[in-house]
Amino acid sequence: MQNDRLIIGGHEFTSRLFVGTGKYKDFVETKKAIEASGADVVTVAVRRVNITDRSKENLLDYLDPKKYTILPNTAGCYNVEDALRYARLARAAGVSDLIKLEVLGDERTLFPDTAGLIEAAKILVKEGFIVLPYTNDDPIVAQKLVDIGCPAVMPLAAPIGSGLGIRNPYNLKIIMEMIKVPIIVDAGVGTASDAALAMELGADAVLMNTAIAGAKDPIAMAEAMKYAVLAGRLAYKAGRIPRKLYATASSPIEGML
Amino acid sequence: MADVIQIQVNGEQRSCRADATVGDLLRELAIKTERVAVELNLEIMDRKDFDHRSLKQGDRVEVLSFIGGGASVDAQGKGRGFIYAK
Repeated sequence: MQNDRLIIGGHEFTSRLFVGTGKYKDFVETKKAIEASGADVVTVAVRRVNITDRSKENLLDYLDPKKYTILPNTAGCYNVEDALRYARLARAAGVSDLIKLEVLGDERTLFPDTAGLIEAAKILVKEGFIVLPYTNDDPIVAQKLVDIGCPAVMPLAAPIGSGLGIRNPYNLKIIMEMIKVPIIVDAGVGTASDAALAMELGADAVLMNTAIAGAKDPIAMAEAMKYAVLAGRLAYKAGRIPRKLYATASSPIEGML
Repeated sequence: MADVIQIQVNGEQRSCRADATVGDLLRELAIKTERVAVELNLEIMDRKDFDHRSLKQGDRVEVLSFIGGGASVDAQGKGRGFIYAK
């Protein structure tokens, strides 16, 4: 696994677990959980600086930019203009050209508005962004995003924060077979086995936030996720045995009395 | 005494010196300029211009940075989208 690097848009990553930074108790817990997860890529949101209370610390003071690749997102954007605006602001804040693009269609499900997503992705790719689009588990939309120039696609496992795990492994499998760029399964993971399953299906990486931050012990869960992603990846590369309905004995019959 | 103008910073009214630049404003607010983005009247500024662009009466300044978040609905559960100024 030493040389099992993930390359997206010229960026090279060792860990195949990407983590979010929301919903933690405080920045100390955020930092510890991220360390325990072993992640290289950390997503952040773009928001107004608190100008009335400057004593508030900044998340990035806790995350060494040399150690982590900061992946800003357009979380909370419900239309193309907002998503473009946040993406451009994220780049202007000077971290990188990477953007996790979200264009949401509905507040209750937080499902992506895939028409808006494709439109926004097209514009941002032209502007030189490395666009990682958060999309549905729809192979056709995934292919369109790749055709536009997205160097990876991020289909959901289940609704954001739902913890339902992979709801449609067959669609994800089709995406993984059809799509020739890295697939990052994003959103919906509930526990370690969900992450392992995503990787066993052939995902190139998994992104999660709530499954870690919302666990009773986020730091322990972060570590569990690290191993789950590693185990799932190893199992995928090792190649699982085919499923069969009936038993096949493991011990030879020869030499029996 | 220099004239005072009214501007809006992150949605809040604020007065500042008439000859102040965006850079002066950020220093006054004790905001480190690395890792922030500044939008002036809906246009994103190049950070090289912070010290050259003087503020004018009625300017709308947005100062943004990174906060904790993975996917939608951020850590604080607020700040969802901008309200576009007409």
